[in-house]
Amino acid sequence: MSEPCTVLIAEDNAADRLLLSTIVSKQGHRAIVAANGAEAVELFAQERPQLVLMDALMPVMDGFDATRQIKALAGDELVPVIFLTSLTETEALVRALDAGGDDFLSKPYNKVILQAKLGAMLRMRSLHSTVLEQRNLIAKHNEHLLSEQRVAKAVFDRIAHAGCLSAANIRYLQSPFALFNGDLLLAAFTPSGGMNILLGDFTGHGLPAAVGAMPLSEVFYGMTAKGFSIADVLREMNQKLKRILPVGVFCCATLIHLNLHQRVLEVWNGGLPAGVLCRKDGSQQPLLSRNLPLGILEPESFNDHCEVFDIAEGDRILLWSDGVPESGNAAGEMFGEERLLNVLKNAPHEHLFDQLRAALSNFTGEQQDDLSLVEVAVVPEESLPWQSLPASASTRQSPLDWSAGFDFRASTLQAFNPLPFLMQWLLEVQELRPLAGTLYTMLTEVYSNALEHGVLGLDSALKADANGFAAYYRERMERLEALEQGWVRLHFDHRMEAEGGCLTIQVSDSGGGLPAAAMAVANAGTPFAGRGLRLLNELADECWRDEADGSLFLRVRWQR
Amino acid sequence: MSEPRLDQSVLSSLKEVMEDDFPLLVETFLSDSQDRIRLLREAIATEQAPDVRNAAHSFKGSCSNMGALALAGLCKQLEECGRTAKLEPAPLLLQAIEQEFAAVSQVFAQG
Repeated sequence: MSEPCTVLIAEDNAADRLLLSTIVSKQGHRAIVAANGAEAVELFAQERPQLVLMDALMPVMDGFDATRQIKALAGDELVPVIFLTSLTETEALVRALDAGGDDFLSKPYNKVILQAKLGAMLRMRSLHSTVLEQRNLIAKHNEHLLSEQRVAKAVFDRIAHAGCLSAANIRYLQSPFALFNGDLLLAAFTPSGGMNILLGDFTGHGLPAAVGAMPLSEVFYGMTAKGFSIADVLREMNQKLKRILPVGVFCCATLIHLNLHQRVLEVWNGGLPAGVLCRKDGSQQPLLSRNLPLGILEPESFNDHCEVFDIAEGDRILLWSDGVPESGNAAGEMFGEERLLNVLKNAPHEHLFDQLRAALSNFTGEQQDDLSLVEVAVVPEESLPWQSLPASASTRQSPLDWSAGFDFRASTLQAFNPLPFLMQWLLEVQELRPLAGTLYTMLTEVYSNALEHGVLGLDSALKADANGFAAYYRERMERLEALEQGWVRLHFDHRMEAEGGCLTIQVSDSGGGLPAAAMAVANAGTPFAGRGLRLLNELADECWRDEADGSLFLRVRWQR
Repeated sequence: MSEPRLDQSVLSSLKEVMEDDFPLLVETFLSDSQDRIRLLREAIATEQAPDVRNAAHSFKGSCSNMGALALAGLCKQLEECGRTAKLEPAPLLLQAIEQEFAAVSQVFAQG
């Protein structure tokens, strides 16, 4: 027995109305009656019955029109309409169906058949309303999920913002919601005028894949801005992800550092498809994954070793997530690594990115929303905006009159990059903040000169060609690992002057400092070796060599 | 007339359904039928074939529900006249319907 409900009976014949309403009432339902179609529609609107018995031919408004109006009023709700008819012509039955009729009951009425039909229709109705409820529930859940994602994205956008992805030398393809597919693309200028770019791909989808993006971005932006090397950044990112992410969630990533000043590319790839360094001369070098993804290894087993490539203006670096080779077309085929490399092999150098993008969209036929593709071009250093730190909001008095000296000895030189810490200290002098980029570049230069030439005794002439370049960095690593003695000394002296202030930096090393000839070379035109000193000459207000111990002095002034 | 005047099986199931209200159903049927016959008479007099068809169709339905099979059969013939717009036999059929209805009324009156 179905649940009691209200049944509307629309029938112009009084005896039939009486008979039907008696049958319906005896089955436990409430019967309401109308003598024509117009009355039926009005009654339906007032009483919202769950089922309608509708005579086809009635005065004022027939059953077909009335059914149409009732179905329109019912909207999403299923209100079964059973046509009462002795119509036998097919045409009339078709009209009833067209109007929205769900079933027929022919005269003379039979109590058992009517009971069966009422039961069947009411069961159908309750099934339908269950489906509707569930559909609405799903829609509600989905809406809820989307609104959560919108909120989450707004938060993520603040922290995992795109950084300097809008820089003139970067082009990329990524959907706004790629974050929720686990893809993360970050770029930031380093204080020395280069840039770091991270392409990450977290395991999984949705919010779980996106949560790791926050700590990763914070580490990336924070440490890049302070001038840490990418090896330092990588170690910190790995350790942080390892600590906070559950087992099984990790981040395949490629982190590159583009040193535009020294024309060096450092690459670390853990688990991402090999990107490609496309040289202007047409040769290509894969940027292979040689590591496990971030967030898997314990800090002590993590390998932060980066591959170093020499680069020239016009070279391009392409990175992509596995969403690119895995893009599918309508036939279920994948774009594939081979197709991708073919495009890169055959496209004109200037159109690598465009042709790859075109090939992808031709292949898939639609916008793919779970892939990331980025191209970074090697451009002249001065074409990018110079980074200066904003003055701190702190009203604290700056330390203006002080001097401090640091000696970094062998084991420290091997394992520690002191520059970010020295920078942090220097920038306590608020007035030096606008000069942060200059200072960082100068410190990087003098520190690596002192370490590589003074302490390690490397010959910069090695770097004169591309092959020697790689050899130079290999040699540097080997000698540094084997280092037992040696030191680099940095001395800072800051004083006030009438119009402002003056910072003097003195650098010396265990190798006897700067050769006397170096200052002369600095003014000559040797391509690799002399560049550092020439640059120091340009950046500092004064730059000189102490004849006695070979130490190098740099002086920078600021004015109020 | 080939069909029985009243189908006893229909009547007994109606009595079963209606219980004490059965006389009310009969009364309603009889008074409603008089209206239908009046409508038929007007439609035939004014030669409105669609009206003849609709009124006959409706009357046929309620007759069949009451088990008045002969009456329903006559209504069906009249409905056919209306449907095909050939009203020549209609007055004669109406006369037959009126006679049959009188007979049915008498049977119902006898209980």
